[in-house]
Amino acid sequence: MPKRTDIKRILLIGSGPIVIGQACEFDYSGTQACKALREEGYEVVLINSNPATIMTDPEIAERTYIEPITAEIIEKIIAKEKPDALLPTMGGQVALNIAVELAEKGILDKYGVELIGAKLKAIKMAEDRNEFKLAMKRIGLVLPESVYINSLDEAKESVDKIGFPAIIRPSFTLGGTGGNVAYNIEEFDEYVEWGLSVSPRHEILIEQSVLGWKEFELEVMRDLKDNVVIICSIENLDPMGIHTGDSITVAPAQTLTDKEYQLMRDASIKIIREIGVDTGGSNIQFAVNPDNGQMVVIEMNPRVSRSSALASKATGFPIAKIAAKLAVGLSLDEIQNDITRITPASFEPTIDYVVVKYPRFAFEKFPQTDPTLTIQMKSVGEAMAIGRNFKEALQKAIRSLEIDKYGLETYGNAIGIDRIKEKLLVPNWERIWYIADAIRMAITIDEIYSLTKIDRWFLYQIKEIVKLEELIKGHGLGVNGHDEGQGARVRGQKGGKLAPCPLPLAPVLLREAKEYGFSDKYIARLINSTEDAVREYRKKNNIISTFKTVDTCGAEFEAHTPYLYSTYERPFYRVMGQESWVKRLKEKNQLAPCPLPLAPIVECESNPTNKKKIMILGGGPNRIGQGIEFDYCCVHAALALKEDGFETIMVNCNPETVSTDYDTSDRLYFEPLTREDVLNIIDIERPDGIIVQFGGQTPLKLALPLEAAGAKIIGTSPDSIDRAEDRERFRELINKLNIRQPESGIARSIPKAVEIAERIGYPVLVRPSYVLGGRAMEIVYNKADLQDYMKRAVAASPEHPILIDKYLEDAIEIDVDAISDGDDVVIGGIMEHIEEAGVHSGDSACSLPPFSLSGELIDELRNQTYLLARELDVIGLMNVQYAIKDNAVYVLEVNPRASRTIPFVSKAIGVPLAKLAAKVMTGKKLKELGFTKEVEVGHVSVKEVVFPFAKFPGVDTILGPEMKSTGEVMGIDTSFAKAFAKAQIATGAFVPPKGRAFLSVKDKDKSAIIYIGRKLLELGYSIEATKGTAKALRDAGLTVDEVNKVKEGRPHIVDHIKNGEIDLVINTVGDKQSQEDSYSIRRTALTQNVPYYTTVAGARALVNGMEAIKKEKIEVIALQDYHKKTEKRALNRKVAVEAGK
Amino acid sequence: MKKKAVLALSDGMVFEGYSFGAEGETIGEVVFNTSMMGYQEILTDPSYRGQIVTMTYPLIGNYGINDEDVESKRPYVEGFIVKEAAEYPSNWRSKMTLNTYLKENNIVGIQGIDTRALTKHIRDFGAQIGIISAQDLDPENLLAKIKKHPGISAFDLVSDVTTKEPYKWAEGVWKLQPNLPSPPFNSPLSKGGDRGVRVVVYDFGVKFNILRNLVEAGFDVTVVPAQTPAEKVLEMNPDGVVLSNGPGDPETVTYAMENTKKLMGKKPIFGICLGHQILGLAMGGRTYKLKFGHHGGNHPVKDIKTGRVEITSQNHNYCVDIKSVNGQAKLTHKNLYDGTEEGMEHVELPIFSVQHHPEAGPGPHDSSYLFKRFTEMMKKG
Repeated sequence: MPKRTDIKRILLIGSGPIVIGQACEFDYSGTQACKALREEGYEVVLINSNPATIMTDPEIAERTYIEPITAEIIEKIIAKEKPDALLPTMGGQVALNIAVELAEKGILDKYGVELIGAKLKAIKMAEDRNEFKLAMKRIGLVLPESVYINSLDEAKESVDKIGFPAIIRPSFTLGGTGGNVAYNIEEFDEYVEWGLSVSPRHEILIEQSVLGWKEFELEVMRDLKDNVVIICSIENLDPMGIHTGDSITVAPAQTLTDKEYQLMRDASIKIIREIGVDTGGSNIQFAVNPDNGQMVVIEMNPRVSRSSALASKATGFPIAKIAAKLAVGLSLDEIQNDITRITPASFEPTIDYVVVKYPRFAFEKFPQTDPTLTIQMKSVGEAMAIGRNFKEALQKAIRSLEIDKYGLETYGNAIGIDRIKEKLLVPNWERIWYIADAIRMAITIDEIYSLTKIDRWFLYQIKEIVKLEELIKGHGLGVNGHDEGQGARVRGQKGGKLAPCPLPLAPVLLREAKEYGFSDKYIARLINSTEDAVREYRKKNNIISTFKTVDTCGAEFEAHTPYLYSTYERPFYRVMGQESWVKRLKEKNQLAPCPLPLAPIVECESNPTNKKKIMILGGGPNRIGQGIEFDYCCVHAALALKEDGFETIMVNCNPETVSTDYDTSDRLYFEPLTREDVLNIIDIERPDGIIVQFGGQTPLKLALPLEAAGAKIIGTSPDSIDRAEDRERFRELINKLNIRQPESGIARSIPKAVEIAERIGYPVLVRPSYVLGGRAMEIVYNKADLQDYMKRAVAASPEHPILIDKYLEDAIEIDVDAISDGDDVVIGGIMEHIEEAGVHSGDSACSLPPFSLSGELIDELRNQTYLLARELDVIGLMNVQYAIKDNAVYVLEVNPRASRTIPFVSKAIGVPLAKLAAKVMTGKKLKELGFTKEVEVGHVSVKEVVFPFAKFPGVDTILGPEMKSTGEVMGIDTSFAKAFAKAQIATGAFVPPKGRAFLSVKDKDKSAIIYIGRKLLELGYSIEATKGTAKALRDAGLTVDEVNKVKEGRPHIVDHIKNGEIDLVINTVGDKQSQEDSYSIRRTALTQNVPYYTTVAGARALVNGMEAIKKEKIEVIALQDYHKKTEKRALNRKVAVEAGK
Repeated sequence: MKKKAVLALSDGMVFEGYSFGAEGETIGEVVFNTSMMGYQEILTDPSYRGQIVTMTYPLIGNYGINDEDVESKRPYVEGFIVKEAAEYPSNWRSKMTLNTYLKENNIVGIQGIDTRALTKHIRDFGAQIGIISAQDLDPENLLAKIKKHPGISAFDLVSDVTTKEPYKWAEGVWKLQPNLPSPPFNSPLSKGGDRGVRVVVYDFGVKFNILRNLVEAGFDVTVVPAQTPAEKVLEMNPDGVVLSNGPGDPETVTYAMENTKKLMGKKPIFGICLGHQILGLAMGGRTYKLKFGHHGGNHPVKDIKTGRVEITSQNHNYCVDIKSVNGQAKLTHKNLYDGTEEGMEHVELPIFSVQHHPEAGPGPHDSSYLFKRFTEMMKKG
């Protein structure tokens, strides 16, 4: 079927900010879709509020709108851009929901926009549990018993029928938010209420539990000719009851016979046809009773998903790209398989390796919350690993997580059997390690199975790893660590009883260990050696990793895309002489496609080239503090260096990202970012340079070890990076430059800490020296709190000192991103934070350009940035964080690397900073690149962040020095107020134009709150406030109602929030006590979906924004138009300057 | 302790691994299969007679061996090559490990070798005779043994695998019936009742799933030995004849071709795999050998009439050259991977055939409509 010619412009909706359950995978899918549609000659109009995405790069779509994803805004875009069609299946649940809203409100009909990919009817049939259930019944498939309810009473009636445990699933929420398993009526009531409150439709499904059943997923594709193919089967290691996003998953399915698999395949095909998804990918989940194979359908997502991204990376079949092409009318057999280049996309990939996806959690950031894994997703990222067996893939996945685990480490003997059993019974993210310990303690596989319901096949695989570990233990590497060990053995035997010199690890055993995926580091630990010694011993014995290709076809066809993974294979050889070979080939009229060795070799498919090449190390799994922003930078590096003719090599292990799309770089290594794994790639590729500055802390940590191993790190030298990171060296640098830094000290004991704090004055910012991303960072206001903190912190890390900094209260925090080529330094952007210094920069909103700084201060910031860049000899990007207090500038931190704000700044100023930086790092000069002047913009860009608090019951929403946000949005407009308002809308925290606000602020904020109160009244809000705040407002002549604090008796403010009387909460707190007292206010606001602000600065910006959008209607402007205006400004200025000359 | 084993190929390539299954020595044509599941069906598919199968998916044996997923009474592969055989299978239907099953049935296997490298080698240099041995690890000795092997085309493998006596078949396709006991292993061979439309199946090495699918489509199924004369089949007066799949080079089974010629025009005929090739020869056409064959469950085949693509189960080394049948038949199905012939129908007579396996087992069920097509043809015919 030829592609459609009746449509030209297609609107694509992105998924907005990164949240739990919706991460970079939709940037990956959306970017692929944009590229695919443009390749076919269509124009793409894109909306996404998330600036850290590749898809919102101005060259990816014709028209890019970084605007809030709401029906109102999209209508404006549709009116302006007049698209012919809307493709709703690429932006996750957000895009799907908004598409339904646009269709139901008649907006699509009004402007003649056609839904392609999935029609409204199909979306609703898949999303609405009742309709879905009926559809499944029509085609003879079974679902767990379930009832849709809208109230607690209805729920109680239904649970009599369904019984316990019962699953509670709120409708239309992301990542299963509000989902729970109730084991008794008490839990049931609680969970139903929560579920109802988080569902946008106030609707939940009560479902019969199939806990403990095996869980499977199939990725299905269909075209307009009704051809259906299955791209990938995925088996969850964790049974039903744990959200797929939180489960360890494996591809392909491991424990299904072909007969059982084909039943599932047939069911999937029937489902996609019955639901009527016209084209594209869908994900269908099944549960299987492990005792008799009974199969039930769990759900279907009529769109690309996290699993489809995983399936794409796992098989090499780009689901989103193909889905986009199918949506415009092409059929599967008309599309080519990129990897083989000779076969069509109408096939089912077969793989000859095992893929393991391991979720990454951030519970350490939310210690108050229960870390039990349940049906609501809690993980913030994931790593994927590929191996030639499950054991290898699992162990590679574990070390990809970067949680300081390199294998199945034991928790030691101290942990008793009872505790282990408890850990096996209650799902938690560390279960794999507890299983290993259970095996070590000789708990039987059957017992582990009955506790975990993890299929015995997986348990036996883990057992095999543990068994091999036992064999390795007690060995050594022989004399000098690399002797064959004959002498050592003799001496050991002479010694009689216990060998003083352990027997050397037999190469055959070591090879097996490597085939099982053991890391050198872990092996070293088992035999009391070092990673280097193991590596050397291994190499000496010719046990070297080899690389295999992900090719979609199990080697049946030649692969043209170097998408590689490492493994260990046994060598093979040829016994016939060269002559007979050549003769044979001549007879057969063939040429040897590859040299055939006489000596044993291991086949390696990496086939490195002799081109000039640069290797880029990615950021690994998403986590709080290191996410899509860094992947964005890595992708830009790859694109920029490709432009310059380099061969680009990407190394990363995050399946959600654009960087791990095999289209992004010339060569992709899907590998853990550990020293061992990266060195293995360097050994074979011998790159001319390695970029470690773009992927966040992950590659940066590898800089020194890689350099020590002889690799060439390009850009700012690892020594300069160290100078910026090491506190002592950094202090010297600051002193040398004669600039200011908050006073600080390092304490190794409690008395020392108190002494320092008293010297520099409270409040102080304290943190352990060894952590990153603001982990365990706190602001303490007095001696008692400091002592308390020191007890907790020092106990946790006896060898590690505590860093104490003067906390600059009420200081303005500034972020500056700059680029330097060693000669010239150009500022990318200066961003003023909305929240005061002390709130982690990753959690603050910020504005570019600054909205309250004087010209002199800005010049001072510039000068200090220049000084720092030159002193550190920065080649590439640099980010500096400043605080301004009483008109004095303090340097808080210098990061000579890509920062989280690079994509935001790049979009705001219209200059791809990361690309320029990559080019600078390979020797180009900024002058050559035409970037010599700071860009002056005529618009204001505001970055705002989103938090995962709703997923973590028990967690306070107050902001602090420890980063907790998962994602960001951008608002662009002509004024700060409007841009800020847009950013607020984009986070989904919609503040209605009129309503009732609750105000309660700490004493220090009492004067500042008056302005906010007045504005709210002007906007038509009514106000209620707690006693002190009310008095302050009343004294200023404002009308306000007083309300009880929670401890003052009922009805109190929490009652009011629960009753739905409050539309906005503004609540600031000082010390710990007041924080605890008001916790329930913030938490209730959160669960009741009431917008809340916990800083005066934020609240002030909000009311100004509300006022601005009340006066002037919100307008939408494409990013391309903003950039054109900016260019024009620069040109006019240049003309003016030249005219002036 | 793991016992060493060696795989040697006729072109001199040697892979060292570990023995599994029976600890002997075996020789055959080495081919690869890209199915990720369905190893039990593959092992018991009589079409693999004479061949050593290497699985491209590295983990084989995960779900063990059960009583139901068999395509014949015993495994027929000459040898089995896997990267890693599961020692601890897990599935509710599993009765034993793959290792035990191969041992019990005296099938020699090798594991631990780089099966991907082996697959690439076969892809690049073609299917060839190989030998697995756990007895003699000297490659030169093994190569000498290979040299003596006359090649797979030298044998009439069909005679080895066909039934000795005719029988009736009554079992339908496998269904998930968790509450019912599994059917007894021998039930397929019990006598079935009269079920209306009668079909005679020539057993050239028939897969049970063909028979099961025929039963499912409502046929009364009688299976006859490969050498059964056409006259005898005509005496039985069936409503249609199925030419089954089977092993080896189609040109070695001349008797089948002769019998088919006699049946053409007298009975509706449905040919599958070897049956399709025999039909091609019976129409005066010729067959050609593929470099390494098609063995797997993911090949796209286009139904030329409808334009629809079906994902198919494949297991063949030979194809019918459609140009050679002199206009007697036209192409109905085409392989989208390499454009080779996948199906044809006679231009006048009620005869059609496919190269792939509509009966699946293992593999997708996309082509099972062909059994219905056969029913319809017979109604017309």
